[in-house]
Amino acid sequence: MTDKKELKNLVIEGVVYKTTYTWKFENRVKWETPNPNLIYSFIPGTIIDIFVKPRAKVKEGTTLLLLEAMKMQNQVRMPFDGEIVKLFIKKDEVIPKNHLMLEIKPVKIK
Amino acid sequence: MSLRSNILDLRKRKREVQKGGGVEAIEKQTKMGKLTARERIVALLDKNSFHEYDLFVEHSAKDFGMDSKVLHGDGVIIGTGTIYNKPVCIFAQDFTVAGGSLGLMHARKITKIMDHALKMRVPLIGINDSGGARIQEGVNSLAGYGEIFFRNTLASGVIPQISVILGPCAGGAVYSPALTDFVFVVENISKMFITGPGVIKSVLGEEITMEELGGARVHAELTGNAHFFAMSELECFEQIKKLISYIPRNNGTRAMPFPPKPPKKGLKIEDVVPSDPRIPYDIRDIIKTITDHSEFFEVMENFAPNIVIGFGRMEGETIGFVANQPMVLAGVLDTDSSDKAARFIRYCDAFNIPIVTLEDLPGYLPGADQEHAGVIRHGAKILYAYSEATVPKITVILRKAYGGGYIAMNSRHLRADFVFAWPTAEIAVMGPEGAANIVFRKEISEAENPEEVRQQKIQEYKEKFANPYVAAAQGYIDEVIEPRDTRGRILHALQVSENKNVFLPSKKHGIPPF
Repeated sequence: MTDKKELKNLVIEGVVYKTTYTWKFENRVKWETPNPNLIYSFIPGTIIDIFVKPRAKVKEGTTLLLLEAMKMQNQVRMPFDGEIVKLFIKKDEVIPKNHLMLEIKPVKIK
Repeated sequence: MSLRSNILDLRKRKREVQKGGGVEAIEKQTKMGKLTARERIVALLDKNSFHEYDLFVEHSAKDFGMDSKVLHGDGVIIGTGTIYNKPVCIFAQDFTVAGGSLGLMHARKITKIMDHALKMRVPLIGINDSGGARIQEGVNSLAGYGEIFFRNTLASGVIPQISVILGPCAGGAVYSPALTDFVFVVENISKMFITGPGVIKSVLGEEITMEELGGARVHAELTGNAHFFAMSELECFEQIKKLISYIPRNNGTRAMPFPPKPPKKGLKIEDVVPSDPRIPYDIRDIIKTITDHSEFFEVMENFAPNIVIGFGRMEGETIGFVANQPMVLAGVLDTDSSDKAARFIRYCDAFNIPIVTLEDLPGYLPGADQEHAGVIRHGAKILYAYSEATVPKITVILRKAYGGGYIAMNSRHLRADFVFAWPTAEIAVMGPEGAANIVFRKEISEAENPEEVRQQKIQEYKEKFANPYVAAAQGYIDEVIEPRDTRGRILHALQVSENKNVFLPSKKHGIPPF
């Protein structure tokens, strides 16, 4: 497994080591700062209903859509007062985990 | 009826049951490239040593038309035999009989041989090849699994438990192998998962093949569920026999000693290791300069290869080796390698196998993924395992031993019995580059030529601290040794440790971070 692999650099505390990588290391998930305006699915499942349309102004806590997974109907709610910018899903669509469902933006609602 | 006819009747009955699921089912099994349960037992055990029990057991299920179904042996073969003339208990699920499905009597046969193994203090080998719970038997089959898991746990650390996955092993069934000490898998034959591809697709919409989900390679390389990977069933049986030769039959004895043999000539320990700590080499080549006949039986070769674990012999006695592998990820500790080493250390400790640790690591692997995957609690396992182990513990520091990694790798502070260091050892809080940047931050930033000053300070730090003598001055290492004396020093340390006796505070059990 470690034979004939090309040597690569691995930097630890400022020291550059020559070594090989593992498949797991090369495919590790790189950290990205989450964007609060993008709502991703937290579980794979089916979109069974959508209650909002683009440009709708929605108050915090309002249910945006139902995502059915493992026989549970999960309500996806608005995290803050704002506006729906774009929908990336359709009703009855089966989506994986971490799938972009909605783009929103904060807007003041009277 | 004469005695003779009784005997003929017995033979006839045996022949009938030994057919398992019948000619057609056996043909199907063969077509899948698999041996039958009976062929497997014969191939694994010493010739003519197998004795079968519970051959005539029948199920008593009534629902769903089960009352009219005859399932020979209820789909599992149990018995005792020998490997290298040492007794073992064994069960093998028979896929030709109702897909090896587990019903109440099937489970009772398995638990019977498990009880036997524990009572007699002999190793237990389980060959898994089963479609899972026998749905027609409902909660009785769940009860059966539970009884097996319970016994796996009771027997853990008392007798060696070996699981061989030679077919599907799905759903709850996977937890028996997971509770045992060593899991063997074979390319294209072994399949282990909690939920299969069908369910995953219908519930989650993810498409994945059985092989990609829980094939032999997946468990040998990614999940760490399997300890040994083979290309064929026969190769797998050879691996099992080899393992059996290295381990004691129970926790009250030592592994069988072999005739001592020196390492092979031609392997020069000094030629393997570059003195520059940034340049890699294969630590297994070092192990082979130390072990009898240069033999090393690696465990979990393909999972977290940045740490190497396995068995070798020294003067005929089995030794467990734990060694950082600079060739992969510079030999760092991370979640997987900590987990892998910790479990092996606990195995060696439970079964009276001395542990030799070869150390050469730059520390822990940095990264958000590592921190979020719980490198703190996984890394803690290795500290726990070393601290708790009371078998002889010997450490040799070859080159780098920095920071937390130095402490974790069986340092004096975790009660190593002997700590040796090569003259190339660097025992320090971190590598010279990192340390110089912190300690001399002000001098470097205020200098006219910061880079020049940085290099100068790195050099200064290297000369002062990147050596074994600072730790030696504190008694943290016992002796700075020449590389060529490594085997001799370890052998002497083992000899001195022969009657090692330490006591831990009395407790019901500890709470390791798992």
